Amino acid sequence: MIPEHWLSALIGGICIGASATVLLLMNGRIAGISGISGRVLAGRGAEPWALLFLAGLLIGGAIYEYGLAPTPTPVAAAAPWLMLGGGLLVGIGSRMGHGCTSGHGVCGLGRFSRRSLIAVLVFMTTAFITVYLVRHTGIVGGG
Amino acid sequence: MRALVSSLAAGVLFGFGLGLSQMIDPARITGFLDVFGAWDPTLMFVLGGAVGTTALTFRLVLRRAKPVCEPEFLVPKRTSVDRRLVTGSALFGIGWGLTGYCPGPGITGLVLGSTNALFFVAAFAIGLIVSDKFIGEPAAEKKSEDG
Repeated sequence: MIPEHWLSALIGGICIGASATVLLLMNGRIAGISGISGRVLAGRGAEPWALLFLAGLLIGGAIYEYGLAPTPTPVAAAAPWLMLGGGLLVGIGSRMGHGCTSGHGVCGLGRFSRRSLIAVLVFMTTAFITVYLVRHTGIVGGG
Repeated sequence: MRALVSSLAAGVLFGFGLGLSQMIDPARITGFLDVFGAWDPTLMFVLGGAVGTTALTFRLVLRRAKPVCEPEFLVPKRTSVDRRLVTGSALFGIGWGLTGYCPGPGITGLVLGSTNALFFVAAFAIGLIVSDKFIGEPAAEKKSEDG
């Protein structure tokens, strides 16, 4: 028997996959959040579809959180420098690596892209190592 | 117009999925990444559901000559693995591990009124701009983004 929150995780994942399918089928685009964010920020020739997709993320999140969530999603406190430093790395890294968890993970793996498979293996590895160092060695910040 | 509606709808579905799967709670991500702690497998189910879906549907969709609302599919064609891909992904993973956020959950997490998400998204945006300005690559290559 699968615990209930794993089931909602699976269904949530299917929603994400369905979203990527809609965007590819209708718009011919890859649902990569870092790529789409880049298009919104670049502003050149402003691509309205990209802005609407990001607006949709907020609307969809709000529909879940304020319409359906059995309990509010927990919001933990964290050191601002951690969020700022980590966010910067995520921005630079996803730009250099041409994609993030959605572009390489959800879409790239679905296309059986070799580049995406390598990207996913690399970022999973450094993420595992980072969390290990933070949580179990006290080297970084002593979390 | 149809293209804009479908893009908005896809965004809503994506954000809803991130909420339902609780990926907007960074503790779920760091819990998954912490294999030596109280391991939380939630992310595996999310990724399984998402990739399981795209692995089935993308193949069918890409059989079409063109998407419904646009003249062509803009799907990356590059197949070579280069140093940028590996370095970029390595940096991404460090940031992901430090924060428990990747871009989608960070942006969607803003609806919780979380200052963590706000700091993360602001820095993520700066990171995108900085890398475009200072460590950019030839414009010709930019067209083939993976995501």
